[in-house]
Amino acid sequence: VYNLKKKKKVDSWAYFKRNEVECLIRLFHSLMGRTDHNKFRGILHSIFGMTDVMLMNRVFSAFDRDNDNYINAKEWVKGLSVFLRGTFEEKLKFCFEVYYLNGDGYISREEIFDMLKNSLYQSSEEENDEGVKELVDITIKKMDYDNDGKISFADFEKAVREDRLLLEVFGPCLPEAQVYTSTKSSYLMRELVRVCVCVCVCV
Amino acid sequence: MGVALTRSAQWTAAGYGTGTLESTPLNEEILKEIIVFVEHFIYKYPHEAKFVFVEPLEWNTDLEPSAFESGYIVSETTVKSEEVDKNGQPLLLLSVPQIKVRSFGQLAHFLFIAKDTKLKEAQACIEGNRDPVVKILGSEFGEMKEDSMALNILNKISTDDDPENEIKMKIAILLKQLDLHLLNHSLKYISLQINLNPKTVKKDIELLQRFSGKGEQTVLESIEYTSDYEFTNGCRAPPWRQMYGEICYVLVKPHDVEALCITCSAEGVFLNGGKTDEEGDIDYERKGEVYKDLVTFLKEKSAVFSENMSRQENISNEEQKNQIEEVLTKEEAAVPQKAISSSDRLKKNHINFVKTQMSKRLEPSLNWRAKVDFKDKNLTKDSQEEKHGGKVEKSRTSISHGKVQLRKSVDKIEETISESSSESEEDEEQPDHRQEANADLPSEYWQIQKLVKYLKGGNQTATVIALCSMKDFNLAQETCQLAIRDVGGLEVLINLLDTDEVKCKIGSLKILKEISHNPQIRRNIVDLGGLPIMVNILDSPYKSLKCLAAETIANVAKFKRARRAVRQHGGITKLVALLDCAQNATEPAQSSLYETRDVEVARCGALALWSCSKSYSNKEAIRKAGGIPLLARLLKTSHENMLIPVVGTLQECASEENYRAAIKAERIIENLVKNLNSENEQLQEHCAMAIYQCAEDEETRDLVRLHGGLKPLASLLNNTKNKELLAAVTGAIWKCSISKENVIKFREYKAIETLVGLLTDQPEEVLVNVVGALGECCQEHENRVIVRRCGGIQPLVNLLVGINQALLVNVTKAVGACAVEPENMAIIDRLDGVRLLWSLLKNPHPDVKASAAWALCPCIENAKDAGEMVRSFVGGLELVVNLLKSDNKEVLASVCAAITNIAKDQENLAVITDHGVVPLLSKLANTNNDNLRRHLAEAVSRCCMWGRNRVAFGEHRAVAPLVRYLKSNDTNVHRATAQALYQLSEDADNCITMHENGAVKLLLDMVGSPDQELQEAAAGCISNIRRLALATEKARYT
Repeated sequence: VYNLKKKKKVDSWAYFKRNEVECLIRLFHSLMGRTDHNKFRGILHSIFGMTDVMLMNRVFSAFDRDNDNYINAKEWVKGLSVFLRGTFEEKLKFCFEVYYLNGDGYISREEIFDMLKNSLYQSSEEENDEGVKELVDITIKKMDYDNDGKISFADFEKAVREDRLLLEVFGPCLPEAQVYTSTKSSYLMRELVRVCVCVCVCV
Repeated sequence: MGVALTRSAQWTAAGYGTGTLESTPLNEEILKEIIVFVEHFIYKYPHEAKFVFVEPLEWNTDLEPSAFESGYIVSETTVKSEEVDKNGQPLLLLSVPQIKVRSFGQLAHFLFIAKDTKLKEAQACIEGNRDPVVKILGSEFGEMKEDSMALNILNKISTDDDPENEIKMKIAILLKQLDLHLLNHSLKYISLQINLNPKTVKKDIELLQRFSGKGEQTVLESIEYTSDYEFTNGCRAPPWRQMYGEICYVLVKPHDVEALCITCSAEGVFLNGGKTDEEGDIDYERKGEVYKDLVTFLKEKSAVFSENMSRQENISNEEQKNQIEEVLTKEEAAVPQKAISSSDRLKKNHINFVKTQMSKRLEPSLNWRAKVDFKDKNLTKDSQEEKHGGKVEKSRTSISHGKVQLRKSVDKIEETISESSSESEEDEEQPDHRQEANADLPSEYWQIQKLVKYLKGGNQTATVIALCSMKDFNLAQETCQLAIRDVGGLEVLINLLDTDEVKCKIGSLKILKEISHNPQIRRNIVDLGGLPIMVNILDSPYKSLKCLAAETIANVAKFKRARRAVRQHGGITKLVALLDCAQNATEPAQSSLYETRDVEVARCGALALWSCSKSYSNKEAIRKAGGIPLLARLLKTSHENMLIPVVGTLQECASEENYRAAIKAERIIENLVKNLNSENEQLQEHCAMAIYQCAEDEETRDLVRLHGGLKPLASLLNNTKNKELLAAVTGAIWKCSISKENVIKFREYKAIETLVGLLTDQPEEVLVNVVGALGECCQEHENRVIVRRCGGIQPLVNLLVGINQALLVNVTKAVGACAVEPENMAIIDRLDGVRLLWSLLKNPHPDVKASAAWALCPCIENAKDAGEMVRSFVGGLELVVNLLKSDNKEVLASVCAAITNIAKDQENLAVITDHGVVPLLSKLANTNNDNLRRHLAEAVSRCCMWGRNRVAFGEHRAVAPLVRYLKSNDTNVHRATAQALYQLSEDADNCITMHENGAVKLLLDMVGSPDQELQEAAAGCISNIRRLALATEKARYT
């Protein structure tokens, strides 16, 4: 189903071994064809334990480099490569891409508010908004090094380099630690296949 | 009366329904007024007194039915008044314990019966009937607004003219009057109250503390706060008591009465219920009258206090006068008015000076005056005066900071000192310092509070953000550390550790790791059960999490309870397991948040083990968990930050015999020696310390030499700046120099010269080791010469006047070793060293006594005119002889040796004989200690040389036990005993005793000994016995 040329191309920028790539691509083609929002969300949720719909959509957008609302095989492998095996820098970039959506290269105060608005367990909406606003202030204060009221990539990078915990500062957008640390790729692949089958059946 | 009761009376905070009146002076006053009102009611308004209340006043009384007499129908548990209302109901009805009263007449009567318990009953009544007006007059009166009451009354009178209502009105007016009266009264009372404030209380207490202590002159034996912590507002009472105006609690021990626990509150000073239990809780209830201040209170309670206090006052008054006069005379020419105007201030300063003097000298004495006068000379100028005032202030603040410093130094000690099995360090649990909510708090406090709010009420994302921002605060600062705790952050942080959120755990541990440098926080973490959770995290698959947990444990386990908790939750095994993963040092640094290098994990594990290894049981646990081979393996790395905790742990553990054996077996010494050459002083220090601990063992000493450890040790002696390092190095040298071969090496490396140079200007820890090393080195002739040539004798002799026990033991040994050389002895004699040694025989520590006595032996042996010298010490011989009464074997042996040497001089022997040396020696004869036996036998043989001492030994039954010494395994004992027996055998009776005890056979064996002296002595003894036998035979047959 896939051609060799494509595989070679994929090889050059992915962090997977050849057989892994083959496996992933076969998986992609056999299960999804072209992956849309829903399928992808299902995968994110069941394999990577993500729950926040908004963030999952953002992750989808980050995967979907050509913005055609579908993830093709290339995007699929490349995305997963960063997602699972990426270097610190790549993950940094990935997370930043997930967090800024309007494409201006900055994460603005409003965007932060949007992302954090569900992060507090507060009874009333008013209280919640108040709390989130303060939380946004705290975040801006911490991460906005150039004091322009929004977070640029430079800001983000600096903050994260200082404290790795800030990598997923506005919500989890990378695989959970369990997936992360299981370095045995065979395990990961098995898991992927298993889940993808499930997703496919469901969808 | 309603207004006064609800507004003015001081109800406890328990709420309306069940509230009780507090026993404050104001309440007492109100109750008294009410009682007077009721008691007089019956006379002033006899008509109204018969008025029957709408509802009875009910309360529980303590009064027994039997107390009621005429006018009442009394049964066992009930009392009814004969007086009844229209319906025939009694106006007073008591069914134990409840009482119902329905008229003022009965009320007054009741109070009359209650007599002494009046006040209590009145209080119970008021408490039982929170709205008496309503009960007495009916609800329509209770509802009336105060201001419109008069109008209402008029209104009622005009609308209906029922006589009962008229009475009601009258009573209402009367009650209203009472109410006003009570309010006025309490107002008066309140204005009378002296409001004490924390400052004045503190001043009072400080002043009294200066005048307290043992002895007749002081005003009190002791006065101290129950709590060390002072809130920023100056109070020491816990916040919930500060609400009641309480400032602090003091424990006072006057000279003449029992200890008092006193509450100082804004309203005055009173006796409280004292400490309720060992935990130090105080029964806050007032137990006595309220006094206007502490001094008045104590004057009332303690006669001695008031007497001494007035004396102190006189003294200080006199001084003030003197001083003013002095100032006046001095400034005669200058402007006298100025002196007078400043005299007030001078007085104050003067008192300050008295205080500081006192605090310095600890005990007050009457010569302050001289001191103060001397100081006063500096005080004449105004400007100077002020300066001094400032200084006094400063010194005082430094005292209050002292505690913090102390705590820090305690920490330091914990980290550095090797006294491992003693777990006492830092174990005095410091009282909790709680920040008070309404005190002046730094802005950090509020910011941290906000962050903790997010920790509590946020999801993982919000929590992580809050954790990261919290880390931006200066967590090394105590304010922040305590702020986190005081806003409840610790609980949340520890709870986070119990979740599945790895990121939260990491963030939380990063903060805990920092703030756990604070000793209070450590305790709080342990109290909140943080340790078991952290111990569990050690099992986590995430290495960075393991590291953080281990590091935090390392910080927390600085005190005994924490260390125990770590062990009990299986932490030691897990920590030891962490050591196991540092196999390949070449693995790359991981990019992930959760990963870290194995070496790092092992390092953190070692760090935690180091902290834990200060407890004996933990050392055992580490060993059992197989920690030693792992530590040995880690020791082979070259990372300093890894080596320091590893060596630190080993050094802690080396205090145990098991470890020393294992350290030898695991070839750890080699690596310790290698690391002596490190650049890092801390590492060097721990290595030296470990060697010091291990080198008790001879094989280890040889190992140190074989691995070339002596040279670095010798060269480290030149680093005299780092005293801890120097102490460790000199310690290692001391222990190593117990082996002769090592001493030779040290001489090669010129270490002895350096050691002599270290005899002056060093802290005691260093001196002890330096002198110990010299003592070992001076066992050899060459070194004794070196020490003399380098001028080491003088500083050694100078050290004989110290008080440090360990140091004295070593110094006496070193001086004794030096004294073997006659030339050295001449110097020692010239420096009066023998006298100093002799006076150390009076030292309370047996070790010092023994060591001094040993040192005296070579001194007496090698001194010129030794006999004359010994005699010149007045009372010296008596002192020595009396030491034979000691019960310490080492002291006895050493004193026997000294006596042997003393007795070489006939005159001295005569003197000690007069002091009764013979019976004392004889008494010691029944001993099994070979060392004592030998020296005792030598002393006996020496003492036989005088007068009829031989006979006396026989009389005191010393001979038979001596014969038994021959059965010992020690040739030295044999030789000494044979010589003693030889001397004793000059007396016929002794010969008989020896013969009876089978000495002949034993001595015959001794004759065959290769030891010539022994042979001779044994033979001589046998010949004496034989001669006696022959003589008797001859006598018999002729």
